[in-house]
Amino acid sequence: MHPSESLNNKQVALNVHPLRFLLWLMIISITMMFAAFTSAYIVRRGEGNWLEFDMPTGMLINTVIILLSSATIQWAWFAARKDEIGRVKALLVVTFALGVAFLIGQYQVWGELVQNKIFFGGADSNPAGSFVYVLTGVHGFHLVTGLIFLTILLLKAFRYKIHSRQMMAMTNGTIYWHFLGGLWLYLYLFLLLNH
Amino acid sequence: MAATNIPTGGAHAQEAPHVQHHAAGDHHDEHDHHDQHWLFKYVFSQDHKWIAKQFLISGIVWAFIGATLSTLFRIQLGWPEAQLTWLEPLLGRWVEGGKLNPEFYLALVTMHGTIMVFFVLTAGLSGTFSNFLIPLQVGARDMASGFMNMLSFWFFFVAGVIMFISLFLETGPASAGWTIYPPLSALPQAIPGSGAGQTLWLVSMALFIVSQLLGGVNYITTIINLRTAGMSMAKLPLTIWSFFLTAILGLLSFPVLFSAALLLIFDRSFGTSFFLSDIYIGGEALNHVGGSPILFQHLFWFLGHPEVYIVIMPAMGIVSEVLATNARKPIFGYRAMIGSLIGISLLSFVVWAHHMFVTGMNPFLGSVFMFLTLIIAVPSAVKTFNWLATLWRGNIRFTAAMLFAIGFVSLFVSGGLTGIILGNAALDIQMHNTYFVVAHFHLVMGSSAFFGMFAGVYHWFPKMFGRMMDEKLGYVHFWLTILAAYLVFLPMHYVGIAGFPRRYYAYTAYESFNQFGDLNTFISIAAIMAFFAQFIFLFNFVYSIFRGRRATENPWNSTTLEWTTPVEPGHGNWPGAIPAVYRWPYDYSKPGAPEDFIPQHIPYSQTVSSNLPYEKEME
Repeated sequence: MHPSESLNNKQVALNVHPLRFLLWLMIISITMMFAAFTSAYIVRRGEGNWLEFDMPTGMLINTVIILLSSATIQWAWFAARKDEIGRVKALLVVTFALGVAFLIGQYQVWGELVQNKIFFGGADSNPAGSFVYVLTGVHGFHLVTGLIFLTILLLKAFRYKIHSRQMMAMTNGTIYWHFLGGLWLYLYLFLLLNH
Repeated sequence: MAATNIPTGGAHAQEAPHVQHHAAGDHHDEHDHHDQHWLFKYVFSQDHKWIAKQFLISGIVWAFIGATLSTLFRIQLGWPEAQLTWLEPLLGRWVEGGKLNPEFYLALVTMHGTIMVFFVLTAGLSGTFSNFLIPLQVGARDMASGFMNMLSFWFFFVAGVIMFISLFLETGPASAGWTIYPPLSALPQAIPGSGAGQTLWLVSMALFIVSQLLGGVNYITTIINLRTAGMSMAKLPLTIWSFFLTAILGLLSFPVLFSAALLLIFDRSFGTSFFLSDIYIGGEALNHVGGSPILFQHLFWFLGHPEVYIVIMPAMGIVSEVLATNARKPIFGYRAMIGSLIGISLLSFVVWAHHMFVTGMNPFLGSVFMFLTLIIAVPSAVKTFNWLATLWRGNIRFTAAMLFAIGFVSLFVSGGLTGIILGNAALDIQMHNTYFVVAHFHLVMGSSAFFGMFAGVYHWFPKMFGRMMDEKLGYVHFWLTILAAYLVFLPMHYVGIAGFPRRYYAYTAYESFNQFGDLNTFISIAAIMAFFAQFIFLFNFVYSIFRGRRATENPWNSTTLEWTTPVEPGHGNWPGAIPAVYRWPYDYSKPGAPEDFIPQHIPYSQTVSSNLPYEKEME
């Protein structure tokens, strides 16, 4: 018995496929990481010597972009369920493009911060600014993993391996992408409320 | 025919037709695997049993490295005036003029702690037994994702290689203690080990955390999703419950350590100031402003405290299983055992600040953490009571595994009692950072977890390698080890109360400590004895793999599912269908039964003579 066979043929004890469950657990561990960062932010802020500054305006645009990409991947998911494979491919490409646009936008946010003399490190830096770089940077890293996931979905879509009867990967990708969007929304609101 | 050592004859175990498979590599499902390259069978294997052995053997290697480091610093502590030129072949220039380099002493302490806590008692213990037992005991062919499981081991392996290389750096390995508190760990100017050694430490730990998360999500998913028919959560062996909760603790706490390590990396290499502020070192003021070293301690101990339960809970599960099997009695208070594990798991997340009573925290906050800490004594006492009640009037078989399990209970009680002292903020302020703390955690989590691990190795060795370990060597190993453990750590309480601070290179400069010089020598002799006793285990382990007595399918007459597999299970574990489960895992010495054990896969219809009134309807 090959392990991959055993996985697919196994009667599941819970009404969730093991791969789906693995995804949820990974989402939990990523959440814990950001919980650590944001709670460290609050604790550190409470100790004073905290630089107050306004969040770059680019962040709002990026938030809109990533929320749009959540909408397009959801649309792709609905299309996959209706076996509209052409539309799935198109929408995944759009989602991918929006993800890249978000990353470029975040990079420009960093530029905006540097222009405002909010530095990541060095003599003129303050943890208040460094935290913004860390939160956006680590989120950006996870967004790259999301883009890799999207690439895999695209490859599967082009090989006709995504359709109404084979939704596991598509659904997992959609969940992960929504999570990344939701995570950014949380971080953005957190920074707006606590800067 | 298998050489049998079953004293009462295992009728149930003999039912399966595939008993006589013995030759190494003679896997029952060979036809599925004949095309597999040896590289993927023995090195990049995705079989959970093989990965478990990989973790076990790496763990043993690391345990010997960690123990060697401790022997080196015990030599220094026991004979601070001695000429150590004879160590030069091993340590090279870390011995200068017959004296151990004091900064290297700190490196030894740091690496001993790191290796033992993370590489041996986390990866070696959970990695081995979670991997080995979860699929076998829940009745699954393999882990949910064999590929991720393999990655988990290889991330651990690479982490180990990096940590090992750091031992040989010119500036020495990390030296800021296994807790790597900044600013000491953040500034290479502070101590040489905070240079490249600390960088490699952080990289290695980051990979280690990835390994733990990959393994942990797999353990949880397998237990939740892949249990065989009839295996409800309330029929799981306690080993599985403990591995399950351990994996959940790891999943929730290791990402937090990752965050802390990442911020520390930024502070060290990218000029940020998360943990650094207002530091004047080597005649110059650093431009780091605005950081808080206490913040690091909060982040570290939010992992660090659950980590001690990640270490001890698998040992608790193994001990529960071994005690019940060898006392030939159902585990006392099965549900209370699960409840107390859950209680310990929940509490482990809300007590971290008891490591920080002397950081100037608000005394009110301190008393909240003290209160929560002391509550942990309740589930711990429930477990201890249940273990003792399981032994009570049992038909005890003193196998080597059983001795280590009983030794675990003894060490856990001895070490746990001082936990109540240290959990009190008022007492901890006096005891903080003394040898009393060292003695406490070495007994309650260090030695205990090791004893749990030994119990597990002796008990499941037949299933892992198809052969038995030598019992007599096991007895010698046990008695030397438990004697040495107590002889090392009991006197440490005493010198701790006298005020010995931790991590000092020598105490000769202090008039008040001079009178304890003999005691320190005594502790060192006992520690060296403990170290040499482990070679008995090593010999027994290696010898038995190749030359041990052949094992039978179920040598301990145990009830759990792993003993229904062939002597050397192949990939897929059961040659035929996976057995279904009908009963809980502790039907030992059931009145009316012909044998003193009824395995989990025996339906009630076959045990009419022993069924209890409420079981009649399930016949």
